[in-house]
Amino acid sequence: MLKINDLKVSYGGIEAVKGISFEVPNGQIVTLIGANGAGKSTTLRTIAGLVRPAGGHIQLDGEDITGLSPDKIVSKGITLVPEGRRVFPDLTVLENLRIGAYLRKDSLDSDIKWVYELFPRLQERSWQAAGTLSGGEQQMLAVGRALMSRPKIIMMDEPSLGLAPLVVKGIFEIIREINRQGVTVLLIEQNAYMALHTAHTGYVLETGKITLTGPGKELLRNEDVKRAYLGS
Amino acid sequence: MSVILQLLNVLPAALLAGVSAGGQYALIALGYTMVYGILRLINFAHGDIFTVAGFVMFYAVTAMPVYLAIPVTILLTVLLGFTVERLAYKPLRSAPRMSVMISAIGVSYLLQNLMWYITGGQPQQYPVIPWISDKIQIFGQETKRVTVITPLLTVALILLLLVLIKRTKLGLAMRAASRDFETARLMGVKINSVISMTFVIGSFLAAVGSFLFFSNYSTVSPTVGTMPGLKAFVAAVFGGIGSIPGAVVGGFLIGICENLIRAMGYSTFSDAFTFALLILVLCLKPTGLFGEKLEEKV
Repeated sequence: MLKINDLKVSYGGIEAVKGISFEVPNGQIVTLIGANGAGKSTTLRTIAGLVRPAGGHIQLDGEDITGLSPDKIVSKGITLVPEGRRVFPDLTVLENLRIGAYLRKDSLDSDIKWVYELFPRLQERSWQAAGTLSGGEQQMLAVGRALMSRPKIIMMDEPSLGLAPLVVKGIFEIIREINRQGVTVLLIEQNAYMALHTAHTGYVLETGKITLTGPGKELLRNEDVKRAYLGS
Repeated sequence: MSVILQLLNVLPAALLAGVSAGGQYALIALGYTMVYGILRLINFAHGDIFTVAGFVMFYAVTAMPVYLAIPVTILLTVLLGFTVERLAYKPLRSAPRMSVMISAIGVSYLLQNLMWYITGGQPQQYPVIPWISDKIQIFGQETKRVTVITPLLTVALILLLLVLIKRTKLGLAMRAASRDFETARLMGVKINSVISMTFVIGSFLAAVGSFLFFSNYSTVSPTVGTMPGLKAFVAAVFGGIGSIPGAVVGGFLIGICENLIRAMGYSTFSDAFTFALLILVLCLKPTGLFGEKLEEKV
């Protein structure tokens, strides 16, 4: 279980995250939804170790992992699929997968096979430079690359951003499939409908504070959520 | 007619000298281009690290046999490159690029002045490295064996470097980091070690370059590295800074052109040619032969 307790993050004097607490139980899909600038990305980047928190604690299965460097976080079993996919454009698809397993010393063959089973499109393009892939394929690669570290928890920052509706549907199916295979998912999304529909638990983040929480399906029916994020 | 005949006569020797000088430029240029590739920094101190390697060798042979002095020189040069990065560039990692560049210029002057201080500024006779300094006959001309060794050794080292970059985990991390620091960190890559390794490799190549260069040139003084350093920099820009094949092609091309110009009797203009080339490249194709489109790294 990933436990965030009173997390505060500041950027150049501005407090982007103002003391939020939430939990990601093992085996669940948890989503943080909220408008632009609510502090969602900052929260994930802080958990991943890219940003140092100004206060609060991050615990993984009871162990304090606050302020560890990104490589330590990865080796603890938490990985982040960054916003905008950020595949390495001039590395091949296979090389992108390999660097996802950078800290591992064991054989990668079975994992590469696993990722290729999840994303058969990637196998077809194994030797292609990642920069030549379509947006949807790049998102698959970014997810596959993150899976190569054999994470307990995979965090995804706006995986549906800029993708066609049909591709978005595919991405969410994959998220469910990964979760079925035992990986815990922490998802942030502007596509609140899809995210809440998929998630076991949802949190609503507004200007750095959590204002609502509940099972995903319940939040979907909440009037405030409907008004603010579902446009109805 | 006689001019052409005369040219044909000296052509093979000039080409050989050119390829040899080119190999030296290429070895130094690789250090510029690799550091630029990963940090987007022109490491102005690189030419001075090359010179320091010359002095280290000069002092090392006074204390130990040559076969020991060579690895010791390599080791100390590598250590110097590593230390310069840690002390002068690493603290500026999140500073604007201009600050890091100014720091590099500072290091360059610091090293030069340290060399003046320690050596008293007297040009020193570079030690004779047996075998490679032997005289041999080639194309009817007498030359040192190092002239022939240089291009061969250069090509061998470049191939080794390419294997390192294309086939090893470290190379993979270097290529990833040169594109996107943050995402590389998310993969677990320790950026600072990757950057350090880049400086270690660059300084190693500069040390090897110094053995070859000074065996030909035979005296070391604190500013002697400035010219080859600058020319290697031009070579890196010409080939497309950040590109490894570019640095190699640029190095050989400049070496060959310079020596051809000298062979035609225009020695005075050989340096001018190199820098005219720099201006021309910057005007016409600023990304060089194999350069990537300059993208700002996020």
